[in-house]
Amino acid sequence: MPTRSAGFQINCSAFLDAVGKPIGDLPKFARNKDILVALYSAMVKTRTFDSKAIALQRTGQLGTYASSLGQEAIGVGVASAMTDDDVFVPSFREHGAQLWRGVSLEELFLYWGGDERGNDFAKSRQDFPVCIPVASQFPHAAGVALAKVQKGDPGAAVVVAGDGATSKGDFYEAMNVVGAWNLPVVFVINNNQWAISVPREGQTAAKTLAQKAIACGIPGEQVDGNDVIAVQAIISRALTRARAGKGGMLIECLSYRLGDHTTADDASRYREDAEVSAHWQLEPLIRLRNHLVATHGWTKEDEQLLLRTCKKEVEAATDTYLATAPEPARAMFDTLFAKAPADVAALFEEVGNG
Amino acid sequence: MAELTMIEAIRTALSRAMEEDPDVIIFGEDVGIDGGVFRATDGLFQHFGSSRVRDTPLSEALIAGMAVGAAAHGLRPVAEIQFSGFIYPTLDQLANHASRLRNRTRGRLTCPMVLRAPYGGGIKAPEHHSESIEAMLAHIPGLRVVIPSTPARAYGLLLAAIRDPDPVVFLEPKRLYRSTSEAVEDTGEALPLDKAFVLQEGTDLTIVAWGAMIKGATEATLQLAESGISVDLIDLATLKPIDRATIRASVEKTGRCVIVHEAPLTAGLGAEISADLAEHCLTSLLAPIKRVAGYDTVMPYLRLEAHYMPDTAHIIDAARNVMEFS
Ligand SMILES: Cc1ncc(C[n+]2csc(CCOP(=O)(O)OP(=O)(O)O)c2C)c(N)n1
Ligand SMILES: [Mg+2]
Repeated sequence: MPTRSAGFQINCSAFLDAVGKPIGDLPKFARNKDILVALYSAMVKTRTFDSKAIALQRTGQLGTYASSLGQEAIGVGVASAMTDDDVFVPSFREHGAQLWRGVSLEELFLYWGGDERGNDFAKSRQDFPVCIPVASQFPHAAGVALAKVQKGDPGAAVVVAGDGATSKGDFYEAMNVVGAWNLPVVFVINNNQWAISVPREGQTAAKTLAQKAIACGIPGEQVDGNDVIAVQAIISRALTRARAGKGGMLIECLSYRLGDHTTADDASRYREDAEVSAHWQLEPLIRLRNHLVATHGWTKEDEQLLLRTCKKEVEAATDTYLATAPEPARAMFDTLFAKAPADVAALFEEVGNG
Repeated sequence: MAELTMIEAIRTALSRAMEEDPDVIIFGEDVGIDGGVFRATDGLFQHFGSSRVRDTPLSEALIAGMAVGAAAHGLRPVAEIQFSGFIYPTLDQLANHASRLRNRTRGRLTCPMVLRAPYGGGIKAPEHHSESIEAMLAHIPGLRVVIPSTPARAYGLLLAAIRDPDPVVFLEPKRLYRSTSEAVEDTGEALPLDKAFVLQEGTDLTIVAWGAMIKGATEATLQLAESGISVDLIDLATLKPIDRATIRASVEKTGRCVIVHEAPLTAGLGAEISADLAEHCLTSLLAPIKRVAGYDTVMPYLRLEAHYMPDTAHIIDAARNVMEFS
């Protein structure tokens, strides 16, 4: 029987190899030292925040925390490609992106310390707060994009979730409508190879996660998620398409979760140290630092100064966070509704103002 | 003034809301050119166009989640779930996001959305089309749950739901869609949410009901009046938040209460109302509170459906039982 084949291919892009050597020509922005330093600084700041958050949790001063160790290039790469017109719809592991978008360290500490005021961002007020129910944020991005299309607002929605999240129906349902309605949504998968204890192969027999886009009629690509230049470049490309009315795209960022799933997890129960050490060779900070040193005269002093600055900022934010008194109990109900109905109003009396 | 059925009143309210606010958009399965399987959106696609009346893929979790995202970013989506039996995939979005967004961002992002769904039994529909799921939804803090019982109240309450700055689930008793019509003027006037309607004032007995049960309760009220029993009849209408004040005031006056709902008895809203009265009106009570409810069983398919549905006779029985208690 004569047949026709609808073949597909999934491209994977990268600009820097593991030791920071360019693979071919760098994109224009990546030849600018200031831009590279900004990206590097953001990743270092993210990692500094990360280790402080873990330390605070270990000493009972923060709630359960999801580390982004080793995945900083994804958050920073994604957010640095976005503008104020875009809306970020994050998972719970993209601290780097949130920081770049203007969420403050204090707000991040407050949130992970169990205080909802940490979600009341002073800047980038259009962004969603982190999403704890895995994959349930994907439909929000479709809705944000629909609102943009309907109101003629510029920009796109950028939604991030993990490899595990691609096994959920919400992921497919959202990507499907984005294809069907040609909505401006960039789907980003932080494929850190693990969903708590379940490895990437345990989620799906699909060879790539990016190819899941094909079923929805939108393009899907892979990128080296430890290469911040490559991440920014591909997200920029996806955003340009989306803004031009060409619809959504799925980007699978290949990375690795160097830390435990959260501070409540012990990854030694399910994975070998050797696997983790191997991935330390591929992590995103070293390669960009090497590149800065080799190409842009980044010195030891520059490095030291950056580390000191990040540390100082994080310590100052920690102090502010720790000195912030909890809200009064009535804050549980204050913003439940625009205007408290009678039964909620009665609760104010019950808890008092303390 | 036009005589409208409930489905026409709902369509009139949708059309009105879309006329007055360009941010109101409708989406769901078959709501476009087909006008919805019950015709609630009939003609709206033709009038307002394909960008404001959108056929979604068959995708309930998406419909609810997309409504959340759109509502947070300036639209007032009115999303339709084709039948309440298919509302379960939306629970994740309703419970985890729609109802919490304002609270968890301390007011920064809000969710002015309406999720409409035909609800309840009585029209010999296929399996999974006739369940009463209001208690499950009413248990979610931050969500309003509304069930109208007449065309006029459907019109006024739906307008209120669409204009409300917070999420509302609007359940439409499909048994009432076309069963009666009444004069409904398209004035654009909303009815208050969070407020029960006292349909008739009486002195001997309070009957609390909602949705399609109002029909039987009204019939029972008339028949009881013939034997000299005067009923205070309350249409709860907004099931969450419950207008406790109106119910308490009524029972303080009558001392007796029958609660009627189509949903199964156990953990139904009758239990909440009954507990509230026990806590707040004990000294006024002259008889135990009685609930007339659906059985604690799977909603039967069409041949046994009539056996499941509480009807006028059940309500009268319960009322007499309560009146005879001494
Ligand atoms: C719907 C849902 N199921 C389960 C969980 C518990 N849980 C939290 S994170 C996680 C794994 C997520 O894996 P992945 O999507 O790869 O993201 P990662 O944590 O690796 O960033 C699980 C099972 C959850 N939060 N939400
Ligand atoms: Mg993962």
